[in-house]
Amino acid sequence: MNSNNPPSASGNSSSATDAADMPKIGFWRRSNLGQDVLLPIGVFILLLIVWEAAVQIFTIPVYLLPAPSVIWTDSIALAGPIGEHTLATLRTVVLGFIISIVISLPLAVFMTSSPVISSAIYPLLVLTQSIPKVALAPILVVMLGANELPRLVITFLVTFFPLVIAIAIGLMSVPAELLELGRSFKASKFQELYRIRLPYAVPFIFSGLKVAIALAVVGAVVGEFVNADKGLGYLIITATAFFKTPVAFGALILLSIMGIVLFQVVVIIERIFFPWSAASQETAIA
Amino acid sequence: MIEIDRLSKVFRSRDGADVVALEDISLTIDDNKFITIVGPSGCGKSTLLRLASGLIRPTSGSVTIDGAVVEEPRQDTGIVFQMPVLLPWATILDNVLFPLKMMHREEADSTEQARHLLGMVGLGGFEGKYPRELSGGMQQRAAICRALIHDPNILLMDEPFGALDALTREEMALEILRIWTNQPKTILFVTHSITEAVLLADRVVVMSARPGRIAEIIDVDLPRPRTFEIEAHHEFQQSAQRIRELIFGNRRG
Repeated sequence: MNSNNPPSASGNSSSATDAADMPKIGFWRRSNLGQDVLLPIGVFILLLIVWEAAVQIFTIPVYLLPAPSVIWTDSIALAGPIGEHTLATLRTVVLGFIISIVISLPLAVFMTSSPVISSAIYPLLVLTQSIPKVALAPILVVMLGANELPRLVITFLVTFFPLVIAIAIGLMSVPAELLELGRSFKASKFQELYRIRLPYAVPFIFSGLKVAIALAVVGAVVGEFVNADKGLGYLIITATAFFKTPVAFGALILLSIMGIVLFQVVVIIERIFFPWSAASQETAIA
Repeated sequence: MIEIDRLSKVFRSRDGADVVALEDISLTIDDNKFITIVGPSGCGKSTLLRLASGLIRPTSGSVTIDGAVVEEPRQDTGIVFQMPVLLPWATILDNVLFPLKMMHREEADSTEQARHLLGMVGLGGFEGKYPRELSGGMQQRAAICRALIHDPNILLMDEPFGALDALTREEMALEILRIWTNQPKTILFVTHSITEAVLLADRVVVMSARPGRIAEIIDVDLPRPRTFEIEAHHEFQQSAQRIRELIFGNRRG
């Protein structure tokens, strides 16, 4: 049992007896600083020390496994170019992610508008998912040209499926009573969508977005592996070709950081603009 | 006045068989009367309420309100469901105002009206809270305010206290009587509780199941205002006993 759980984490969710017992809806969760922050950082530093020591003691060649200190110095030496590569990848990730949202949202709304449309489109969606994106990438380069477009398309293809499914599930799981309530006020189809279905789907949409943003980084890198003259994926390919393993590791670390930061951006956007959604997910996990 | 005339509703089940939910229901309800509908599970009492609300259409027969046949939800009807079904993303105040927003009937004093209603059910000071911060009973009170915000002449309540604990339930029954006294309106109230049915009603409609039919209509002439003390009253006991006989009678022995 975790000591920082809210006191009313009982099984009965619908009838809390005291409003004061309910978890607060707020920007910051209550957290135990020592346990939640310092402990993992400590473990991480320990891991780095073991890594550094192992490389030194066993004299592992730098092209096989560079020590953390070497990764650091080699990457800092190339800070300027690496920065440009990072920005290029970030651009692909964010653009691809936005394209994915812009297409997924109307698609999910369209799909859930009737069972007929759903059964017509759903198998096609599954089909697009069964195609290995890595295999598709070179074909897309031939079709769309050696530019940013195939990278964006791959990022989109990797991210849109979980997003469409999450949004569709959200739109479909509105309680029947809530829809009846809307109908009893003579809500139009548009009002029902805009005032009931979409707001209800917000927590589902955000869980989809969190999965999608992590996948967007993967998609962008796959695109860069196949065709790019910039980007961290491109940097890894070129660096390893010349056995500059420390630089490749540096790019790898930057990609991980990018993934974490973008994920947190999504989390923070949810907390700021949809605090009730973030709060409902926290209690669901607790 | 609500006139229910030879109303029947047949549902088609998934395997294609017809299920008769309601058969030949006829009932006339005068304005500002409190009608409770009681009966075993599956007697079609919720279906009756949905037909009266216009959410579903009858297979045959009709519901007429003030001379007009009900074909779709009406603006002069308010509905309370078993679950509060509040919007989790909206504050209590916005939840109460929701019907007006949907019907584009929001006016300058709407907020004040909503605050007044919330105050009346003891939710003053909770306007800015979110539903999740309220207990089940408080949520249902807010749902009742929502059903009253457009000042309907008819209030349809489908087991509104069914999901509440016994104590809250008794409290809410008295609450709804108080609201009804202050703002007289026709109430159709579906319940599983025989005590609740007698306590609240001018007339209790007792239904039987499969197919759903009216078994008997019992007039309750107990004095008002009523409290739970009235349970000791001879006529209360008689009415409750009669309902029990109608519902369980043929199962005894």
